[in-house]
Amino acid sequence: MHIRSNEFKARAAANLGDAKLQKGLGLIKVKAVVNRANAVAEFGDFETLREAGKQIRNRALADLDLYLERFEREAVARGAVVHWAENAAEACRIVVNIARENGVKTVAKSKSMVSEEIGLNEALIEAGIEPIETDLGEYILQINDAEPPSHIVMPVIHKTAEDVADLFHEKHGTPRKTDPAALTREAREILRPKFLSADMGVSGANFLIAETGSTLIVTNEGNGRLCTTLPRLHVAITGIEKVVPTLEDVSTLLRLLPRSATGQAITNYVSLHTGPKHIDESDGPQQFHIVLVDNGRTKLLAGEMREMLRCIRCGACMNHCPVYQAVGGHAWGWVYPGPMGNILTPSYVGLEKTVPLPNATTLCNQCGSVCPVKIPLPDLMRKLREEQMARGLKSWPERLGLALWGWAAQRPALYALGTRIAARVMKGLGGAEKLIHRLPLAAGWTDGRDFPAPAGKTFRELYREKRK
Amino acid sequence: MRVALFVTCLADLMRPSVAFAALRLLEHGGCTVEVPQTQTCCGQPAYNSGDRATAIALARKVLDEFEGFDYVVAPSGSCGGMVRAHYPELFRDDPALLARSEGLAARTYELTDFLVNVLRLDSVPGNFSGTVTYHDSCSGLRELNIKAQPRALLAKLPGVKLAEMKEAETCCGFGGTFSLKFGAVSTQLADNKCGNACATEADAIVGGDLGCLLNIEGRLRRRGDRKTQVLHIAEVLAGQSD
Repeated sequence: MHIRSNEFKARAAANLGDAKLQKGLGLIKVKAVVNRANAVAEFGDFETLREAGKQIRNRALADLDLYLERFEREAVARGAVVHWAENAAEACRIVVNIARENGVKTVAKSKSMVSEEIGLNEALIEAGIEPIETDLGEYILQINDAEPPSHIVMPVIHKTAEDVADLFHEKHGTPRKTDPAALTREAREILRPKFLSADMGVSGANFLIAETGSTLIVTNEGNGRLCTTLPRLHVAITGIEKVVPTLEDVSTLLRLLPRSATGQAITNYVSLHTGPKHIDESDGPQQFHIVLVDNGRTKLLAGEMREMLRCIRCGACMNHCPVYQAVGGHAWGWVYPGPMGNILTPSYVGLEKTVPLPNATTLCNQCGSVCPVKIPLPDLMRKLREEQMARGLKSWPERLGLALWGWAAQRPALYALGTRIAARVMKGLGGAEKLIHRLPLAAGWTDGRDFPAPAGKTFRELYREKRK
Repeated sequence: MRVALFVTCLADLMRPSVAFAALRLLEHGGCTVEVPQTQTCCGQPAYNSGDRATAIALARKVLDEFEGFDYVVAPSGSCGGMVRAHYPELFRDDPALLARSEGLAARTYELTDFLVNVLRLDSVPGNFSGTVTYHDSCSGLRELNIKAQPRALLAKLPGVKLAEMKEAETCCGFGGTFSLKFGAVSTQLADNKCGNACATEADAIVGGDLGCLLNIEGRLRRRGDRKTQVLHIAEVLAGQSD
């Protein structure tokens, strides 16, 4: 996927002016935020649960190598084939090779963000294999010229039912309809034969369970079950950080994940995949392959962003982020938007290709306070800002401004003089209205806001005068 | 009780009335208040911009200036949060400074928190009359748990009626330099805040952090609202709003 994160500002500004997009984004507050709050309230002691989730993920990461090896042993013992991919290209190559060796023509995919991250669809198409997205949202995006998702859980949150009505009418050649139920039925009718004819199913995995060698997915549409049971091959692709020690651990995390993501106590489907079809079973794939993708994750494990690896991909951080709510996920310019994207994108694709992201936040910590595994997201963003400073990735006006201000702030007499002058100049600029409409070095502020002018003298001046 | 007033750089430069109001409230509560004259800034702008070295230098300066007092009080959850939540992190590699910063953090309070939980004020001197709506600033709310304190204090003013706005806990979009770097996004968030605040038909929007208040007032005036007041909680409680 082409990385457009350095265009954040321009794309965010465009999205702010997009009335249709704004209407779609408005639903996040209504649906995700309110639903989560209700689910949390209903649960009771969600804080204890969050702490437990954090501990489970920390335990898994502390001995990640051991749990992954255990996972591989158990999965292989149950007949699965485990593949290790160091990067995106290797992961794609592995999947394409599995498909080629088995004469696969079409692939039915259930939703997987790691497959977006590695660019799997492009790789399959290049190899002459047709991928079919079967999650309704992902399907909509795929037929819309492979548009990228704007949210990790609700990929088409940026689209209205009207948009989908137009798209289906155009791409399916069917009469235009706007009723969501009718649109869903239309998609289902088109997708059903594709499930039945697909040679291979590709899924992600929300968790890998070390003690049983199982992969687990949570879904709401049921397409995940069809993808993983109907075709003769099932390939599950996920990041190596998704491993947890036991089924007991997963049951705790499953109490956190749907509540945080959609406000559901549990998703419609929770599917565990343990090995391929057994000899005495009637359903299931003949082969089960698990592709474990690193793609930068071990690098995080050793660094200051380590806590980010606890992430269980619920999307609560973006749902609650006022910046995300205002500009939508496409502004982030890569796979992961919102607060998680501010950290994952620079970490995976490079700080120089994502300069605005760690700064595209007010550090309000709404994200950190809803994160089900208590990732201190603003702290991590701040550390990335420090790294930007150290590597000279900040603009020279910002560096110069900071340096001058920092130098003066350490010299009280000079600072007092500077603030006295500033207070007087700004008072003058404010005029009778006491409002500054335009500040030459602060157009970012004054383009959309006035600047309330100060009183003309600093507190410390006035305080000393009063004391005399 | 010797209390040092941490004026905050914004109140010093932009709105001295906030610091005078804080001073009055502390003296009303029986404190002996001192204002260290060499104070400038807590260092948060540097810290949040990734300039750790400057942040550390300014934090050391604050330690030197404010260590000798029983308490340090700031009319800001943002600066208070910097000292309490972040100074110890800044000094994590220096045991001596870490211990000093933890000591200072334990004695540093946001103004309303101090008035309610340390001084346990029975009354406040203000005389504001009208409907107010309260904006919860992010740092105060999520770093220092400032939520009930300002409301408890407002309830001590018989003329004040509190009308809660929708999404009172959502960021106003200020975010320090964010408001300059991402002006359009910041303005949109400020606009949402103004919309929610104005929907309560309050006479005044009140908050505990000057950064947010300048941002909210700036957007409010640009929207053409010259009537709704935007006040710091200290100004309302002390009765010195102009």
